[in-house]
Amino acid sequence: MGKTIAEINERIRKGEAVVVTAEEIIDLVEEKGVEEVARTVDVVTTGTFGPMCSSGAFINLGHAQPRIKIHRAWLNEVPAYCGIAAVDIYIGATEMAEHDPLNEVFPGDFRYGGGHVIEDLVAGRRVHLRAEAYGTDCYPNRRWEKDITLEDVKEAWLFNPRNAYQNYNVAVNLSERVIYTYMGVLRPNLGNANYCSAGQLSPLLNDPLFRTIGIGTRIFLGGGVGYVAWHGTQHNTDVPRADNGTPTRPAGTIAVIGDLRGMNPRYLTGYSILGYGATLAVGIGIPIPVLDEEVVRYAAVRDADITAPVVDYSVDYPQGTGRVLGEVTYAELKSGRIVVEGKEVPTAPLSSYSRAREIAGILKDWIRQGRFLLTEPVELLPCAAREKGVR
Amino acid sequence: MVRHKIVLHFPHEQVDKPVVSKLVRDYNLDFNILKASITPREEGLLVLEVTGEEADYDRGLEYLRSCGVDIQPLSQDIRRNEERCTHCGACLAVCPTEALRLDRETWEVRFSDDECVACELCVRACPPRAMEVHY
Ligand code: SF4
Ligand code: SF4
Repeated sequence: MGKTIAEINERIRKGEAVVVTAEEIIDLVEEKGVEEVARTVDVVTTGTFGPMCSSGAFINLGHAQPRIKIHRAWLNEVPAYCGIAAVDIYIGATEMAEHDPLNEVFPGDFRYGGGHVIEDLVAGRRVHLRAEAYGTDCYPNRRWEKDITLEDVKEAWLFNPRNAYQNYNVAVNLSERVIYTYMGVLRPNLGNANYCSAGQLSPLLNDPLFRTIGIGTRIFLGGGVGYVAWHGTQHNTDVPRADNGTPTRPAGTIAVIGDLRGMNPRYLTGYSILGYGATLAVGIGIPIPVLDEEVVRYAAVRDADITAPVVDYSVDYPQGTGRVLGEVTYAELKSGRIVVEGKEVPTAPLSSYSRAREIAGILKDWIRQGRFLLTEPVELLPCAAREKGVR
Repeated sequence: MVRHKIVLHFPHEQVDKPVVSKLVRDYNLDFNILKASITPREEGLLVLEVTGEEADYDRGLEYLRSCGVDIQPLSQDIRRNEERCTHCGACLAVCPTEALRLDRETWEVRFSDDECVACELCVRACPPRAMEVHY
């Protein structure tokens, strides 16, 4: 027994699709069993919302008169990458505004960076463009300054090379001083433990072997619609796994793309991480088609069965020693306290579970209302464990 | 007579000492404890409303400072910009009181003004900068 994506889409079009979130499916499976859920449910929706540094946007500014081949450009004083065609630029989430004091006065504030530029654009605010060029016969203009908005640029796409990490480290600090990391403020002597994953709602933890998520998968991206473009950078599927297939270390990632127009600053928010830098919090929701019982078994994974490594960010992470202090489950992390090296440590998330839940809910509504159809992946993403036929 | 609200931060080694009770005994000051806690860093945190003669008040504070206690007026007001808060939870790692708490039903971070001692630790630790200081 199995369903095809075409069959599921047919039901979505007719407004008959049964859609549940990755949270709801847990109790449903408990109650009715895998077999019945596989028969009656069509789609499981997932969600995550957290800082994702490997993000940015391609913008084509439209041509100036006279024409310009941009050599250097700034958006609200944040440098954009210009090493592509004349008026194409890429604004990266972690780029800092020119003259930002960075970490000169430690820990730096990192008030405004590329992530904030992207949020401003998506919110419909004006952004100041300043561009310089050396001038050519075909592109004589040497300076261009104006205010732009998302409306009046020619194209603007979010294109994030690495998002939605499948599982992540739990960060702690074994040293004697406070440290400021991309995992937040870490107090000395195991003062706190910060984690950053939606756990049981997280997209890639619900399809741990990438059986359904592939190139071309249509997704919720930043409040609008996007697609999985490729596997993300650092995509690593050759990692230790639990019996339920979930990796117990940071593992797979995805590269995603989508039109910035139609996105929403609620799901694309500029972040300033004290002492570390600026970044962009990205909201992603991925639908998982219930093709067979296997899909259900994976999607019914719960926080208690997903394990994350605890890593010291004072020495082990920065020095790349690879040492792991221990393993904890997301259920333990979400209880507010974990035990590390015999000590009780309070936990804090960096990934918003309430917003992850909201995203899974919105995607569910879109599909139920027939506004969002599923896509057949053009190609599955590489996954060592799936290819080796583990489980 | 003066009446002030102040926030006292006690260093680790002073937490167990009865420095505050000396305020009554030696400086004729009255106080009301509005909030007392030991932060996860094991520093003491006390919010007091102190009443007394101005000269006594000044000498009392002088004494506390000499014991290594850091004193701030509780004049600022910390507010949360609800629009900007993403309920990420990063502030939970730094808030020394229960002013910021995770509601484990909704998974939203609750901010309760009453328990906030205006230490401002959350202000820069909040990634979308939703915690604002108002004077
Ligand atoms: S750190 Fe800021 S955004 Fe995150 S929960 Fe706290 S107040 Fe809200
Ligand atoms: S200022 Fe922020 S960190 Fe300090 S008590 Fe108030 S809410 Fe907590």
